[in-house]
Amino acid sequence: MNLFLIAIGAALVNNVVLSQFLGLCPFIGVSKKVDTAAGMGGAVIFVITIASAVTSLIYTFILDKLDITYLQTIVFILVIAALVQFVEMFLKKKMPPLYSALGVYLPLITTNCAVLGIALINVQKSYGFLTSVINGFGTAVGFTIEIVIMAGIRERIEYNDIPESFKGTPIVLVTAGLMAMAFFGFSGLIK
Amino acid sequence: MNRTTERLYNGIVKENPTFVQMLGMCPTMAVTTSAVNGLGMGLTTTVILILSNMMISALRKVIPDKVRIPAYIVIVASFVTIIQFLLEGFVPSLYDSLGIYIPLIVVNCIILGRAESYASKNNVWLSMFDGIGMGLGFTIGLTSIGIFRELFGNGTVFNVRIMPEQYEPVTILILAPGAFFVLACLIAAQNKIRMQRAEKKGENSLVCERKDGCIGCTNTLCGGREFEGTQGKEVSK
Repeated sequence: MNLFLIAIGAALVNNVVLSQFLGLCPFIGVSKKVDTAAGMGGAVIFVITIASAVTSLIYTFILDKLDITYLQTIVFILVIAALVQFVEMFLKKKMPPLYSALGVYLPLITTNCAVLGIALINVQKSYGFLTSVINGFGTAVGFTIEIVIMAGIRERIEYNDIPESFKGTPIVLVTAGLMAMAFFGFSGLIK
Repeated sequence: MNRTTERLYNGIVKENPTFVQMLGMCPTMAVTTSAVNGLGMGLTTTVILILSNMMISALRKVIPDKVRIPAYIVIVASFVTIIQFLLEGFVPSLYDSLGIYIPLIVVNCIILGRAESYASKNNVWLSMFDGIGMGLGFTIGLTSIGIFRELFGNGTVFNVRIMPEQYEPVTILILAPGAFFVLACLIAAQNKIRMQRAEKKGENSLVCERKDGCIGCTNTLCGGREFEGTQGKEVSK
């Protein structure tokens, strides 16, 4: 039950994009069409869940054991970068259909601050292995929900008459602001 | 104008990271809830930017081209860790309020962008001034957005009450949605200026200027227009 609350909290209440501003770049860049947005969301769920698991293991069994937790930022960013490359190679070799679906989005995730952010949050809140994975998964699902909603709205916005200077990023940000207000409604869910 | 002052001018005015290049938007939105946080984040980033620019510039002939991005990331991450400890030790209040955004400076576009586009090609002295200029430009950007949000969202600036007592603060400005609205207006204003300039020159206003820029965020905030196609290849090393 507790894990369920953490997942809901990560996905809806402490939403990555709308309340913590992590992963804004893909959120704005890849939200033009619903299917590409869903592809990006899938890739993010995949990578963040694996990255949370791996960084949690590394933290508990290497950094904490050797008492070198101060190296966490350096280790995490390198592990994440290597992991993304590795996942990409693995998918290309073993699961070509999944690779062709996620392929283009995977390299974009390396510098996505959400992945590093979640790894650091897991450590900061001293979550265990299972909790970290659930938290990472929940966060990524939250990201996917948002980017898909945003893509749906953007497809509609295309047909509307927007002031010339608000076209492109500004209108996306205004929409994101309104979505953030709507997501405030979830904050009562968990105390 | 000699080259060092040219660097400073370039960073603070001509290619200001916040107002002109629109880089590093994640920290810009997250920490500008008050002027103090904006200033603190700006100065922290400045110090890291100067140090990493100097180090990368000094090592530019040693680092092999193929592994340069991981090498830059390690250098930046080391400095971020050092600065994080200094902040924790000497300015704990700032450390607490910036929280997770301090380690996230590692993935800030500005730092890797400057390493890639300037420090890896120029000498240590000029790279240092490039870092100072860009850092100060970023600091000015963050502080002014912070002042704006704090003034209208809370009625204070640097925790000093400015607005009269009767002023009803627009609290939404210091909450998460406010960050999106403020940034949206900022980019819209920038687009407006750009379009007017382009009209004077008789050019197509929709052409996006920034094609190189940083690794992860190439063009994403550039009106969101040229994202597909220009992305991937830079990142895949």
